[in-house]
Amino acid sequence: MVSDRLLHSLLALFAALAAGLLLLVVGFIAQEALGLLQQLGVGAFLFHGEWQPYAGRFGLLPMLLTSLLLMLGAVAIATPLAVVGAACINFYLGRHSAILARRLVEIAAGIPSVVYGLWGLTLLVPLLAAIKQPGASLLAGMMVLALMILPTIVVVVDAGLRALPTHYRENAEALAIRRSGFVFAIALPAVRGSVITGATLAAARAIGETMVVMMVTGNLVQLPGSLFDPVRALTANIALEMAYAMDEHRSALYVSSLFLLLFAVALVLTNQLLLGWRGRHG
Amino acid sequence: MVEAATIAPPLGARSTLGIDTLVWGVGLALLALFGLLLAEMFAAGLPVLSLEFITGEASDAGRSGGISAVLVSTLWVVALAVGIALPLALGTALYISEYLGRGSTLYRLIHGSLDVLSAVPSVVFGLFGNAVFCELLGLGYSLAAGALTLVCMIVPVMVKASVDGLTAVPTELRAAGSALALSKPALIGHIVLPAALPGVASGVLLGVARALAETAALLFTSGYVLRMPDSPLDSGRTLSIHIYDLAMNVAGGDRFAYGSATVLVILLLMINGAIALVSSYAHRRTTDS
Amino acid sequence: MDRRTFLAGSCLGLLAFTWECGAEESVKLLATGSSTVAPLVAELARRFEQSHPTIRIDVQTGGSSRGVADARRGVVDFGMVSRALKTNESDLYVTTLANDGVSVIVHADNPVQALSRADLIALYRGEIDDWGRLGGKVGEPPVVVTKAAGRSTLELFASYLEMPPEELKAAIVIGDNQQGIKTVAGNPNAVGYVSIGAALQAMAAGTPIKVLPMNGIPATLEAVADGSFPISRPLNVVTRQPPNGALAQFLDFALAQAQSDIVVAMSFVPRHGQ
Repeated sequence: MVSDRLLHSLLALFAALAAGLLLLVVGFIAQEALGLLQQLGVGAFLFHGEWQPYAGRFGLLPMLLTSLLLMLGAVAIATPLAVVGAACINFYLGRHSAILARRLVEIAAGIPSVVYGLWGLTLLVPLLAAIKQPGASLLAGMMVLALMILPTIVVVVDAGLRALPTHYRENAEALAIRRSGFVFAIALPAVRGSVITGATLAAARAIGETMVVMMVTGNLVQLPGSLFDPVRALTANIALEMAYAMDEHRSALYVSSLFLLLFAVALVLTNQLLLGWRGRHG
Repeated sequence: MVEAATIAPPLGARSTLGIDTLVWGVGLALLALFGLLLAEMFAAGLPVLSLEFITGEASDAGRSGGISAVLVSTLWVVALAVGIALPLALGTALYISEYLGRGSTLYRLIHGSLDVLSAVPSVVFGLFGNAVFCELLGLGYSLAAGALTLVCMIVPVMVKASVDGLTAVPTELRAAGSALALSKPALIGHIVLPAALPGVASGVLLGVARALAETAALLFTSGYVLRMPDSPLDSGRTLSIHIYDLAMNVAGGDRFAYGSATVLVILLLMINGAIALVSSYAHRRTTDS
Repeated sequence: MDRRTFLAGSCLGLLAFTWECGAEESVKLLATGSSTVAPLVAELARRFEQSHPTIRIDVQTGGSSRGVADARRGVVDFGMVSRALKTNESDLYVTTLANDGVSVIVHADNPVQALSRADLIALYRGEIDDWGRLGGKVGEPPVVVTKAAGRSTLELFASYLEMPPEELKAAIVIGDNQQGIKTVAGNPNAVGYVSIGAALQAMAAGTPIKVLPMNGIPATLEAVADGSFPISRPLNVVTRQPPNGALAQFLDFALAQAQSDIVVAMSFVPRHGQ
């Protein structure tokens, strides 16, 4: 029989390993990036507007902002729609149609992102090009990403709504509150935590998405002047150039992943803050 | 409850109607949109499916023949990744739920680092895996390097699901175990783990789903080779990469790209079905006891 | 503790599942480089492996310069390069597998029938804001598509225009050939450049694009074959040492007349002519 102490240390080792994975990832990315970072200084990456890796210019600012804008735009489009969609499934559709709708959303969440990208490239981009050229743009990226992350948010919010105690609804009915009143004044505010969690999950997916963004945003390195301008995201830049990059250029791509890691930390902290704030004020 | 009701003034009939219409409109539009997307994908993909497509060997850069090598590569990568991640995740989950207090600093540290890990973009894992597993460990472009990279990506979701399963074990069960004077390892082995099995299983399935859908991280680690792999040290392309390559690199590859995407979605559907089965089984068991 | 032992220790658990299985006496050749050459080598290798079961050839993509660098460092058995070697690359041994051309494509509905070199320079300098100036639809702005940095297709096209690659201005930057073709097929105002082979294959599959002649010479495989097409390039394999052993066997096999059907099927030009 395994002794308690042995099991304890064994499990602690596993936990340390799992938690250590993050350190390992950060450590190695940093190691590949650090040489160039020290050589050029952080400013060369942050405050320089030009990305010309073959001329030794590695300004990441336009791509950093693009990644942020894509994420914010996608989350801003998807979250309200997803929340209303989840409410519709829970409180408007009949029992059987709701089950069907949930299956549909689950499958949609599983569609490979490349398929969303293909759809964006062959249908959405030409449509946007008809409004304003060139079609491949910040807006196209936001829209395809929004579509891609929508099912994720619906699934999380839906799970939250389903977990609401049934007496909420019974009490509301007893008080003769209308369905829409119940949904918007009681049910949805009660699942704010799920909405925040779903939106954060979706935000992480949006900022990390690579292939889809590369296929629909036009990949031009520039600060977007409007929603219709083509832009390049940090992730797309890595996918476009990694296979071709050597020496300094390769290190610069590792520097850009370091920034992506910072985004991940920031997202998790924001989520904690929002949830904590909700805990105190909600 | 009552408080919430008093905050919301009774809505007039007209505005209620407006809100109801809005909810119906948005909900149905979304469902129709996803329905259309899926229908379009299946319409393009289903005609490609055949026994020959599943079991055949690819030829002409993937434009004809089948995807057997792709399926075997996918199986290798997913099985290896889950096989390595499972003990790691389960051990971590047991440690968190059985030995650590919820509010302890260590708990928050482990939890926080796993949260961040799950928010890291997959392309970053790709760069990490390329530098560490392919180059430093000398695995080169290989299924093993891809699997090890995926381990880092799926451990967080597997830990989370397992912890959920473990904390859902009814306290009466634990109390019964303690009353029998079972040692902690015996309690875990005989009572807690079996009861938490559904949660662990759904964690595994979530990990499989994430591994199946991954493209960017595998692009730089397991590579493109379109051949039946002999061992995990061979390079091989998974379904997601095959879809990407057919759509972006191969002229006239769209038809087979949609075919492969359909296979992937069917696989994911089967996994979702398995998750639903497992959790309904768990639900039955906890309500029975 | 150096980082290698540190890492080896920390990854021991993870590695328990991987093993070396070099029991059989097989030879594995590894190649990296140009994504244009890669599918050709992969198809040649597939046929080669059927008659040479002890030799395996693994093909990974990554661009011509990666192919040159990897071959030079000796981390691969051969590199794939979709351009002629530069003067500072003369230390490498070259085998040309086939030839390819690069041509300009526009949407099938674009009335423009030809673009001169001067037109293209103006387009890629961003000086044209109306297709009407080039004989196209008046009032429609051209949407210029270019390849991402590092691709030899870009370098080749830029040298035809006698412009430095980084000075080509475009509205859309693409990575892979098919992305360029799909972009042009989806936008009646787009103009881009791709491998002739890729363009002809896409047109054969019904994609609504049009290949334009260059300097008045129609973009056909025949024009590439007889050397009259202005932008053509060899599809090369490079090695650090003169090819020997399994690699020499493979290259001999790849160059044999019997394999030219594979080259033709990929819409490239075999060295033997057709």
